Amino acid sequence: MVASELTQYVVTGLLVGGVYALMSIGLALIFGVMRVVNFAQGDFMMLGMYLTYYYAVVLGIDPLLGALVTIPPFFLIGLLLHRVFLARVTGGGDPNREMDAQLILTLGMSLIITNATTMILSPMPRAIRTTYATRAFAVGPLLLNQARTYAFFMALLLAAAVYVFLTRTDLGKALRAAADDPEAASYQAINVRAMHGVAFGVGIALVAAAGGLLATYYPIEPNVAVNFIVLMFVAVVLGGLGSIPGAFVGGLAIGLVQSLTLLILPLQLQNVGVFVAFLLVLYVRPQGLFGRRARTV
Amino acid sequence: MASRTGGWLAIAGVVAVGLVLSLALTERYHHRVLTLVFLWATMGLAWNIISGYAGQISFGHQAFFGIGAYVTVLLAAKLTLTPWLGMLGGVGVAVLAAVLIGTPTFRLAGIYFGLATLAYPLIFRIVMEYLGYQEVAIPMMRERPGLFMQFAEPLHFDLLALGILAATLVLSRLVEASRLGYSLRAIKENEQAAEAMGVDSFRCKMIAYMLSAAPAAIAGAVYAHAILFIVTPEAVFGVLVIVQTLTVCLVGGAGTLWGPIIGAAIMIPVSEILDTTMGDRLPGIQGVVYGAALMAVMMYAPEGLYWRARTSWLARRRGAVGGTRSAPAVAVADAATPAPPASSGRVLMDVRGVSKAFLGLQALSDVSFDVREGEILGIIGPNGAGKTTLFNVLNGFLLPEHGEVHWLDRSITGLRPHVICRLGIGRTFQVMRLFPRLTVLENVMVGAFAHGGSPDHARASARAALELVSLAGRADVAPTGLTTLELRLMELARCLATSPRLILLDEPLAGLSADGVELMSVMIRRARSAAVTVVIIEHTIHALVRLADRLVVLDQGRRLAEGLPGEVTRTPAVIEAYLGKRWLARHAATNSPC
Repeated sequence: MVASELTQYVVTGLLVGGVYALMSIGLALIFGVMRVVNFAQGDFMMLGMYLTYYYAVVLGIDPLLGALVTIPPFFLIGLLLHRVFLARVTGGGDPNREMDAQLILTLGMSLIITNATTMILSPMPRAIRTTYATRAFAVGPLLLNQARTYAFFMALLLAAAVYVFLTRTDLGKALRAAADDPEAASYQAINVRAMHGVAFGVGIALVAAAGGLLATYYPIEPNVAVNFIVLMFVAVVLGGLGSIPGAFVGGLAIGLVQSLTLLILPLQLQNVGVFVAFLLVLYVRPQGLFGRRARTV
Repeated sequence: MASRTGGWLAIAGVVAVGLVLSLALTERYHHRVLTLVFLWATMGLAWNIISGYAGQISFGHQAFFGIGAYVTVLLAAKLTLTPWLGMLGGVGVAVLAAVLIGTPTFRLAGIYFGLATLAYPLIFRIVMEYLGYQEVAIPMMRERPGLFMQFAEPLHFDLLALGILAATLVLSRLVEASRLGYSLRAIKENEQAAEAMGVDSFRCKMIAYMLSAAPAAIAGAVYAHAILFIVTPEAVFGVLVIVQTLTVCLVGGAGTLWGPIIGAAIMIPVSEILDTTMGDRLPGIQGVVYGAALMAVMMYAPEGLYWRARTSWLARRRGAVGGTRSAPAVAVADAATPAPPASSGRVLMDVRGVSKAFLGLQALSDVSFDVREGEILGIIGPNGAGKTTLFNVLNGFLLPEHGEVHWLDRSITGLRPHVICRLGIGRTFQVMRLFPRLTVLENVMVGAFAHGGSPDHARASARAALELVSLAGRADVAPTGLTTLELRLMELARCLATSPRLILLDEPLAGLSADGVELMSVMIRRARSAAVTVVIIEHTIHALVRLADRLVVLDQGRRLAEGLPGEVTRTPAVIEAYLGKRWLARHAATNSPC
């Protein structure tokens, strides 16, 4: 094994991991604020891919820009879905049962989105044609796919924007307060229910944007969600359920694991490495690398 | 719960209806739908054992379904083994897989358990594809169709599927009525409380998991022969398998054997008919129907149709009888205080130098005292003094960093709570931990099962424990309808039902009126006169001074004083730290010395 080859795997892994990190932040935000494990997160990613595709095909918007423009409509869709569905099963009652109810609700949502998309848009895979999808930057001995590189930096930019939003704006601070302690937040005149809506909106908008970035180099099809939702779970658990910096690092780590698995296992077994890493993290450190709350009696 | 014979009759009724339908239908397609209803009901029942009764939501149950299908078909294809035997091999592998998956996974709680189970079928699916089993066809055995489960007559598949459904119903019914069933429901309601009442939660969950893997494997094997003919990873390990399982179970209602039957009878025909009529034009219509059903159920009847119907039926019946909620049944039969004060003086429990810290906060530091047989020992201290932490160490919820707890000259440090309970140490909780969906009697029965025995025996012991605390009149109501006093009494009865020699009572007087405190004190003395040693935590000193034989005072995790109530309340350090100067002044005024 040559050192440059290893570096190539590491860099490729990190580039892909950047997009995973952005997806996972969305899932972590929703979990952190709402305590909802959103099974439909992968489906919103898929819808983001399609929207970016139609932006490119119909309006001629470059997918790197198109990915950003998915954010406003998905934010609104998220607010709406929260109001109509999720808000009904949140608040009051046994938190464990409630979590089960929300999980099943979003699972149902995921099934409807995947299958309705199949019905309406056909299961045929599509791709966005760009000049940079097939080109590569040569950095020393390394070859960096241009689409992946652009997508990586866009993902970093968006993640940084989320960080600024959460730490510098009043709305972001209110979101964090609602996540840390909903009851105390409500005493500070923070509308926790509205914060849940915002978290869901921002969460799915981020994953849709990540989907748009992914669409620059990954085929677009209705059941693409299955492959990615598990990757997102892994990243989020790895980072500590609900921790946003954790999810970011978790996403990068998953990209790395996926890429480095290729050194040991054949391509078909690539995701086995990810799933095994997932199980190991759950068993050894269920609170994740950045988990704040150890579970106590 | 239906009456004991009623349940069996209802199962017989379901099987009879299934039999009549199987024989009455003529079209091949109708038979196919019926077979599917039976198979998915079976799969739903299998999932229900671990996820419905025990509340451990498994998102990976298709792992066992797929193992059953693959093992059976591969044994037939490679070794020409009849699937009737191959199925047993499939069950064996599935149960083994359940043990291997369950061993690490049951240490995880709640959502973590569900997420971990998710990974297994995904791994199996990728591995099967990698091994070259993308498509495994069942080998045609035209000369011996019966032996190889290749019936020409669709009726025969109906009967086979109905047979495994009947067997799974019987299994579920046996689980429901057994000690295991009560333990599983207690674990679902409150795992900590169940452990403290002597339930070995890990073992119970593991048995339930194994019992639920077996019918899932058989359902997979039969599904492969009746429906698939060609086994693919997607068809048996895929998302749709778990989705159909979840849907039939949740629509019908989890935690009862009728739920999956109701769910399958409604959902499977609907989705099959839609699929055959519109599936060509609208691929994925099945998924939309299942998704919509799941969402609708969670929003409008999250407990499922069976429970919803049952609740409204019960409400109507109760309305007809006319709100006969009797007045509180608690009444003290003999208010006379029995029992002589402390006795033999033999040391039952010896606590030596126990320390425990949480993230830098020293909850207990070097606490030592002993508990003597037959006494009532009071442990007082202000909020935050470490009292509940102490109990959590004594009953095995927490492991101390330093120090040991001895019980009858044997160290019990590090033993699991259910083991400590079975050794004869019972406890109650400051924040009451009940099993809200079990009746008062069933709550107490969970405790009575601590030392094994049949459900009938446990029922009798539970009734006796309820009699002892004068709560027998409330045996059959849900605990959510009880007053605080009645709940405290129920917890006491549940704890006494474990036949303890020592009970740890965590603030049993909190939130009670003066009369309630009086009554509870009588009950505690009554328990002591029945040869049970008592340790009580309180922060209200006044009730304890009259109730306890000895007091231990904790403050900021340290033992401040120990001795007879009269002595302790006169110790300057205790007065300083806990009772305050005003108490001292009043005390001095009333009993001025000499």
